[in-house]
Amino acid sequence: MAVPVAFFAVFFAYPVAAIVGRGLKADGVWQFGRFGEVLARPEIRDVLWFTLWQALASTALTLLVALPGAYVFARFDFPGKQVLRAVVTVPFVLPTVVVGTAFLALLGRGGLLDELGGVRLDTTVWAILLAHVFFNYAVVIRTVGGLWAQLDPRQEEAARVLGAGRFTAWRRVTLPALAPAVAAAALMVFLFTFTSFGVVQILGGPGFSTLEVEIYRQTAQLLALPTAAVLTLTQFAAVGAILALHAWTVRRRERALKLVDPAHTARRPRGAGQWTLLAGVLLSVALLILLPLAVLVQRSFGGTGLAYYRALTSAEANSGTFLVAPIEAIGNSLRYALVATLIALVVGGLAAAALTRRAGRLVRGFDALLMLPLGVSAVTVGFGFLITLDKPPLDLRTSWILVPLAQALVGVPFVVRTMLPVLRAVDARLREAAAVLGASPLRAWREVDFPLVRRALLVAAGFAFAVSLGEFGATVFIARPDNPTLPVAVARLLGRSGELNYGQAMALSTVLMLVCAVSLLLLERIRTDRSGEF
Amino acid sequence: MSTTRKAAAAAVAAALGVTALAGCGSSDDTSADSTKGSGSKTVTLVSHDSFNASKDVLKEFTRETGYTVKVLKSGDAGAALNQEILTKGSPRGDVFFGVDNTLLSRALDNDLFTPYEAKGLDRIPAGIQLDAGKHRVTPVDTGDICVNYDKKYFADKKLAPPKTFADLAKPAYKDLLVTENAATSSPGLGFLLGTVAAFGEDGYQDYWKKLKANGVKVVDGWEQAYNEEFSGSAGGKKAKADRPLVVSYASSPPVEVLYADPRPETAPTGVATGTCFRQIEFAGLLDGAKNEAGGKALLDFLIGKKFQEDMPLTMFVSPVADDAKVPELFTKFGATADDPATVAPETIAKNREQWVQAWSSLVVK
Repeated sequence: MAVPVAFFAVFFAYPVAAIVGRGLKADGVWQFGRFGEVLARPEIRDVLWFTLWQALASTALTLLVALPGAYVFARFDFPGKQVLRAVVTVPFVLPTVVVGTAFLALLGRGGLLDELGGVRLDTTVWAILLAHVFFNYAVVIRTVGGLWAQLDPRQEEAARVLGAGRFTAWRRVTLPALAPAVAAAALMVFLFTFTSFGVVQILGGPGFSTLEVEIYRQTAQLLALPTAAVLTLTQFAAVGAILALHAWTVRRRERALKLVDPAHTARRPRGAGQWTLLAGVLLSVALLILLPLAVLVQRSFGGTGLAYYRALTSAEANSGTFLVAPIEAIGNSLRYALVATLIALVVGGLAAAALTRRAGRLVRGFDALLMLPLGVSAVTVGFGFLITLDKPPLDLRTSWILVPLAQALVGVPFVVRTMLPVLRAVDARLREAAAVLGASPLRAWREVDFPLVRRALLVAAGFAFAVSLGEFGATVFIARPDNPTLPVAVARLLGRSGELNYGQAMALSTVLMLVCAVSLLLLERIRTDRSGEF
Repeated sequence: MSTTRKAAAAAVAAALGVTALAGCGSSDDTSADSTKGSGSKTVTLVSHDSFNASKDVLKEFTRETGYTVKVLKSGDAGAALNQEILTKGSPRGDVFFGVDNTLLSRALDNDLFTPYEAKGLDRIPAGIQLDAGKHRVTPVDTGDICVNYDKKYFADKKLAPPKTFADLAKPAYKDLLVTENAATSSPGLGFLLGTVAAFGEDGYQDYWKKLKANGVKVVDGWEQAYNEEFSGSAGGKKAKADRPLVVSYASSPPVEVLYADPRPETAPTGVATGTCFRQIEFAGLLDGAKNEAGGKALLDFLIGKKFQEDMPLTMFVSPVADDAKVPELFTKFGATADDPATVAPETIAKNREQWVQAWSSLVVK
């Protein structure tokens, strides 16, 4: 437990505390009165109110759209299901700069809705809500659908044999088993939309601002550290509350359910009703997820075939924008993501192991703490790095290692979430038996635990890898110009006029999307039966 | 994402860059031999994301001075400067490049820089040496934020494109303009400051009321405004954008030409030269720099002929040294504002927040 605690203390808690302290301390005295001042300002109240209601609305809409999807993915067999399952996860790890552009094309002028009915949703709250569905669809599919697939359908059938109607059987048998998973998924979606940054900035226009956007503005643009500190702590408190609730629902879910192999619960749909449901879900996936992705691909080809892709391979065509050919960003991204994955696996794996071995309130608190980086703004962490990691032995401000470190911060929660249920399922008696037979702890781990968790470890690694690939907020602060990552390179190209730059941004986004999709597809192949919610 | 500052700036196709450079003469006298051999061989330049320089030019600096330049980019201009302020006294680099006249006072009030009078300052017009008395910062380039227009749209409609701020409020141009949020975007702020300069602190609010009534659209950043809303840009054409007027840079049209395939004879976009606000970018020696000698040599180099002549096609800004020749590619398709608006840095520092607040409640809310 020492390694994860130290990691989070040095690379998360300390930098965040330092930057918050810089804002809230004057002459060594804490200025808590600033809370009242800042939170009473009408424009800040508007921000708080908008943050809250758009997150609630986004969560409700996501559940509405994705729950039927979760059912279909869990219970039905249809061709291409595995590929589709991987594809709907791609948005989750794509940087918002890329998606925002694609979404604008869809909802804005000349978009599908515009052509069908003259409806335009750009710079409305609808664009934000729909993009949030796009990003978080996979959270519901994986959290709820994952469990749904493992619920034994025979339980419901038994209830019906005993005389219950179809709906009563579902309500009395399946719903109670599913409810904690739905709650957990809803809370995760709420967390992600509550802290939404890129989506709100790009699709919402200047009329809308979430807490996260406001923290960025106050910190990076205005250098109003006191205001930013108050907002950071406010968001911190909210995220802490969400995570505490989440941990509670997860614990409730972990009570014994009779789970079966998902391979045996899915079958081909039967009857008109089920086919309609399947068709409806496929249509919504096509419209909400495949279409925006397709728009990106289409724009990357432009009118000139592969020209944009070819331009990516030459530093010459981009000699001013990049010191290297943009295509090298792929190599950089892969290298960084690999290192980040290693760090996340070590830190997250050790944390998960520690959480399995020990119980108690403190450990449970630590569990929730590991999720906190998901809810703290990248600009806070980035600026915190700047003012804390500046002295030997930790003068890392200009070091490449900062990028994978920042990426690992967001990867660790996924590793922990994936590993924890599997590790908990390992029977401690096996380990004890090995010890009795004379195995050293290391040997016992190697012979007993490792074979059992190997697949979960691979899945965790895959997720940490994909999340690191797409990480943008923190990376953009610290990536070096000679080593841009894919999302950073995309953002830089989008920041310049000219057809070739725009086209290359689209081409590079398509490459990023493909890399993410392929790694997720590989994951689908090695997925364990119970591999956590993501 | 907040707007990348010199957003319109784009990279140059290498072939063109090299040709342009080859004609720029091979020797200039910005070498700083006296600094050779002292301390570190690396000098670190901290800048914003839009900083660019040709490799050859950076190599030339190494050849002349023995120092290798390491570039550290950190976000847009505002974020980059704020990071320097946070790490004041223990900076990440030796020289900071990219503080402009809208942010200059924030940098100077925070005592970010060690005074240094760069060699060759006499070749720079006095009008843009805004810190001439103390030499804490050195002007390096200028760029104009102006309304760009889609030439095809106005030709098709047989409508004359607007020329001035006042034109934009006329009924003929209703629902045509898209601009950026002045609170989060540097061209957006520049345009707002331009209107303050044009209509005065008393008149600019009335002007914006008229603009709003005339259907001005505000988006958060330059990327959306230019690539998604502006019908004249390459991205906008793909996105079927429908606003033929956008707040961008005077240097955007040549970029549209250079990065088109095939390259057109004339730029697809033009500049409304009466709507320009002039940005001046400065560089300074960071207080606490580890390699002070190298930093001084780099400052000399930044206003030297070689670097100054490289900038137009790498960062799409205008040089400040009067002996720097501007490449034809830049002048042919670009526009120069005859009489760009300016506001004194102290006035901006004093009023920026209040202007932006007033603007937000007037236009955005």
